[in-house]
Amino acid sequence: MQEEKGGIPRREFFRAGLRGVALAAIAGGGGYLVTRRIAARQVWQLDPEKCTQCGKCATNCVLKPSAVKCVHAFAMCGYCELCTGYFEPEPNELTTAAENQLCPVAAIRRTYVEDPYFEYEIDEALCIGCGKCVEGCRAFGNGSLFLQVRHDRCLNCNECAIAAACPADAFRRVPAERAYLYRPGYSPVRGKS
Amino acid sequence: MRSRIHTLTFLVLLAAWSAAWGVERFPPPEFTETGHQLPQDQYPRPAAAVTQYVDVVVLFVSLVLATFLALKLRSRNWVFALMIACLVYFGFWRQGCVCPIGAIQNITVAFFDGAYSVPLPVLAFFLLPLVFTLFFGRSFCAAVCPLGAIQDVVVVYPVRVPAWLSHALRLLAYAYLGGAVVFAATGAAFLICRYDPFVGFFRLSGSLGMLLFGGAMLALGLFVGRPYCRFLCPYGVVLAWLSRASSRRVTITPEQCVRCRLCEDACPFGAIQKPVEPPTPAERAAGRRRLAWLLGLLPLLVIVGFAAGGALGTPFSKLHIIVKTAERVRAEEMGEVAGTTDESDAFRESGVPGEELYATARLLRARFALGGQLFGAWVGLVVGGMLIYLSVRRRREDYEADRGTCLACGRCYDYCPVELRRRKAEPKSQIPDSR
Repeated sequence: MQEEKGGIPRREFFRAGLRGVALAAIAGGGGYLVTRRIAARQVWQLDPEKCTQCGKCATNCVLKPSAVKCVHAFAMCGYCELCTGYFEPEPNELTTAAENQLCPVAAIRRTYVEDPYFEYEIDEALCIGCGKCVEGCRAFGNGSLFLQVRHDRCLNCNECAIAAACPADAFRRVPAERAYLYRPGYSPVRGKS
Repeated sequence: MRSRIHTLTFLVLLAAWSAAWGVERFPPPEFTETGHQLPQDQYPRPAAAVTQYVDVVVLFVSLVLATFLALKLRSRNWVFALMIACLVYFGFWRQGCVCPIGAIQNITVAFFDGAYSVPLPVLAFFLLPLVFTLFFGRSFCAAVCPLGAIQDVVVVYPVRVPAWLSHALRLLAYAYLGGAVVFAATGAAFLICRYDPFVGFFRLSGSLGMLLFGGAMLALGLFVGRPYCRFLCPYGVVLAWLSRASSRRVTITPEQCVRCRLCEDACPFGAIQKPVEPPTPAERAAGRRRLAWLLGLLPLLVIVGFAAGGALGTPFSKLHIIVKTAERVRAEEMGEVAGTTDESDAFRESGVPGEELYATARLLRARFALGGQLFGAWVGLVVGGMLIYLSVRRRREDYEADRGTCLACGRCYDYCPVELRRRKAEPKSQIPDSR
């Protein structure tokens, strides 16, 4: 590199000035953000009260199948024999035959508990998060089925593809320590696992 | 069968009744007979916070290593090895999210939306490469960025992009940066993430459009080195400017350039600048006049851009879900369209009065109008600035890597006879054989 009279030192001086300005801007901007509001960590979640079960959770997630799954709040469930989340609107019979089921992928397990109660469990490996059962349960039942982003699956994309498509604006970022949004008046149950 | 339908009818009536009275339709049973216990609710926790901090540490170490390998060790092979390692870690293992390019938007939202707080790791991801680039040039682009790496491995037969074309295409990146900031600031979308060409490959899944765009970029990348980095990357715009101010950077030759021209075609990214003869007095005078004209043109371009950008506000605002919903609801209410959409259904279900929605939409419209104007002014500024940049003739004695566009990949080292002589003169050094 050749030292030129005047030219290169002047450029170097200019660069040093620019560098100083840039560093001040980075430090200032970063410092401002740090002092203002800093979150430890945030994850995506959907508010079941805003959800309209449009079905986009099943189709718009970058994961196939979606990271949104149906969740069952057992403590809210009526254990109905005729579960409108499980059965088609006009089932031929109240049996587990596929033709009677609302779920397109047979992800709900129906087991007899005692007369006249049946327990419904979601098989998350099968569930695609379409929300058909949620819609059925909310329309005629207790609303114990609802959709949630499952954080063992969710990649936590910077822009959630479902959030971008959600017609009800139900998705938002929540603190990672409280990563689920439950139905009002319900808190998770500790029972037999 | 008939009894079932009766049951159903009864249930419907019961449901309507209980919904009206707001009671629990079917009280949860007690299970007195069997003493049945409810299954435990499963709510898997998100991955531990520590993984994100590990990412930050890996990023820092990679940046230190990349800088050392590119500037000190001057080894293309080692830079390449680190690049592959980072492609595997940040790309395929961590699935490309969050990346510094996308973090631009988080930072923007943090400035414009009081309710949003930016996570510390995201801030670190945004700032660390900036600081490194400010002192050492774009070693982040060379070996750390997974988007750069996936393009770098497919550089097979690079052709020279004509200077006028590459300068014109580089304007796209500036416009993309401006657009991404406007859309993030208005809360409409994260454009950079939505149109990220390679994240689909990292996740091994994605929409058809995303995969096609990424595939096209890689196919183009066979012949045009790193097209996304050079012509689209909005973070690269910032890095290029910081790199121009950097105190150290890649120098093709370790000592005195002998102007042998061997490195002329070494760079697949067109970042090597040839020596420029000092201008004759006549050229100097013409250059001054041209510069004066262009400096006068610059404010004009900014003003025209500002005025023209106002027209972009309305089409831009349609990407915001609230504006989109408000337009749809209004159109439905005026009877201009038949039927409803998911958005309008969801809005009606929410029970929010229409006036409230329209007011929010109007507010957003106004914000987008300003955003469009500023975007237009930005594009005017960038076009004018590029014209000025191109018209200024800098005197250059040697073959040099362009301070802004050099991606610090280290390919040119192997072409420089002075560099090869230096390596021979240092037999004890750890420099590996070059190809």
